[in-house]
Amino acid sequence: MKCLISVLLFFAATTCFANTIIVGKGKAISSLKLAIKTSKNGDTILLNAGTYKEGTIIIDKSIHLIGVNTPILDGENKNEILTVTGKNIFISGIHFANAGYSSMNDYAGLKIIDATNIKVEKNIFSNTSFAIHISNSTHCTISNNSIKGTSKSEHSSGNGIHLWKCSQMLIENNTIQGHRDGIYFEFVSHSTIRKNWSEKNIRYGLHFMFSSDNSYLSNTFRNNGAGVAVMYSKKVIMLRNHFDQNWGASAYGILLKDITDSRIQYNTFFKNTIAIHMEGSSRIQVEKNIFKENGWGIKVQSSCDDNNFRFNNFYGNSFDLATNGTMMLNYFSNNYWDKYEGYDINKDGTGDIPFHPVSMYSMIVEQNPHALLLMRSFTISLLDKAEKAIPGLTPENLVDNYPKMKPNKL
Amino acid sequence: MLKLSRYVLYDILRSKIVIAYTIFLFAVSLSMFQMEENSSKAMLSLLNIVLIVLPLVSLVFTTIHYYNSYEFIELMSSQPMSRTRILLSEYAGVAISLLSAFLIGVGIPVLLLAPNDIGFALLFSGVCLTLVFTSIAFFAAVIARDKARGIGFALLLWFYFALIYDSLVLLILFSFSDYPLEKITLLLSALNPIDLGRIFIMLKMDVSALMGYTGALYKDFFGSGTGILFTTGIMLLWIIVPLWLAVRKFRKKDL
Repeated sequence: MKCLISVLLFFAATTCFANTIIVGKGKAISSLKLAIKTSKNGDTILLNAGTYKEGTIIIDKSIHLIGVNTPILDGENKNEILTVTGKNIFISGIHFANAGYSSMNDYAGLKIIDATNIKVEKNIFSNTSFAIHISNSTHCTISNNSIKGTSKSEHSSGNGIHLWKCSQMLIENNTIQGHRDGIYFEFVSHSTIRKNWSEKNIRYGLHFMFSSDNSYLSNTFRNNGAGVAVMYSKKVIMLRNHFDQNWGASAYGILLKDITDSRIQYNTFFKNTIAIHMEGSSRIQVEKNIFKENGWGIKVQSSCDDNNFRFNNFYGNSFDLATNGTMMLNYFSNNYWDKYEGYDINKDGTGDIPFHPVSMYSMIVEQNPHALLLMRSFTISLLDKAEKAIPGLTPENLVDNYPKMKPNKL
Repeated sequence: MLKLSRYVLYDILRSKIVIAYTIFLFAVSLSMFQMEENSSKAMLSLLNIVLIVLPLVSLVFTTIHYYNSYEFIELMSSQPMSRTRILLSEYAGVAISLLSAFLIGVGIPVLLLAPNDIGFALLFSGVCLTLVFTSIAFFAAVIARDKARGIGFALLLWFYFALIYDSLVLLILFSFSDYPLEKITLLLSALNPIDLGRIFIMLKMDVSALMGYTGALYKDFFGSGTGILFTTGIMLLWIIVPLWLAVRKFRKKDL
């Protein structure tokens, strides 16, 4: 009996404080704008299936907007679709389509401004110039959204998930395709990005600047125009990500520019033109990654220092390592290099002679890119052998003193 | 002509050198695949065999064969038979025996253990290079009068194509690095069948690197339909032209 009363009371309370407004054809309210206007904080709006063309819709109350059978909000190629500001707002199950494009304003499918504790779940975005655009917000969760842009040129399209000046965000399980940058961060901190799938974007799969203390876990970045670029940030953690098939003249698995005190671990780099390109970066732990069939495994410019490359596995890369000078202030140890030809007399699994991963030929190609045409030539391998015997051109202290005989177990 | 080729083939088989060569290729290919855990590394070693050993064996074997069967050729010339036909059937016999040695020795292991793009590119290049260097060897042998000179000339040609040429290309690339060299390098690669074969395989093997900065240009050219036609066409020229020169020389030669 007591139980029943409490249940009744609970229902009474919910009906008192939180109404459910149903919007749809043939219902009392058929316009979403009107529904939002009549709603109070804590209400739930159920949006029935159908296409709604209502211009820019603004939510500034703490409400739940839930789509039933994925209703479509259509921006008719000229409007921003939904703008959200405030706190405790929940949006799910809605298909945002055809946001407008303007070179003055960043029109978006869903724009979140000055907000906290927003949840955006299981929505679909198609042909929206910016899909989700968040600025000056905290504690938001963006999860399970499917975002697909129609690829246009770089300057006429927006980013998939765009965050500017945010913190404590969670971006999870989204799939992003065909935008300018899949995920774009600027001035974002203490956020987690995990299990997202970003592919076929025009520029970068992931692009962030001035965004410290963030973690990137188990994401996949595949076949993006220029791969992934990360710049001017500290304390970045990248674990278990996949960087696949980022091919092109300036495509990188990851481009690291001025990144410090970070960790890049347990990632897989497969078939990228350059798996990791490092410039002006310091104190990064690059450990236990797999580099497979890349053009260049790692390109370390001599402006990098104090980076540790340990326990990585290199298989079938055209060049394992390249650098642009003779100065080398980074450390290599315990990596497995499939090009290592040394021996292991005491059978401790570590090769007895050091391995110099930078070949003479990779220095030649660095200086004269046309020499790429001579790859795998007999003359080139003779040159490499001669250089191995008497090093002259390759950086002398770029050496792995403990190369592994067998691949590291990861 | 077929009959004559058959006699040449029979003669070659009797000398057992080709059989030894087949067994050598077969053993090397198999052991490469057994030794390396991933087949791409084995392919790399096979690439060196195809680019270095194949031309060398084709050159040396063909010249030696030519001089050894010199008396047979003289005998045939006394028969009512055109000299063009004699030389072409000699070529057919030698080329068929070397080709089958390659296809059995390398082809079977590759088709069994790595039947992918790289494997087919390797076989294509191997077949082309065998035919090209057999043809070049006939040219060298017809020109030189005695055996030592002929073999010396053949070895010199091998040395040039396999080693010196690439060093020259590297020299040119560095001396003229301030100029746009894209078209020149394409032309330079066409002037050496070994380079052409190597690039053909490299396109499949080092795709990732070739997608980079300058590589994309070569990739676009050689990887496209016209590029494949270009490679095949140039290879055909490399087979036909030396053979044609050899035939021309042989017809007027005082045996």
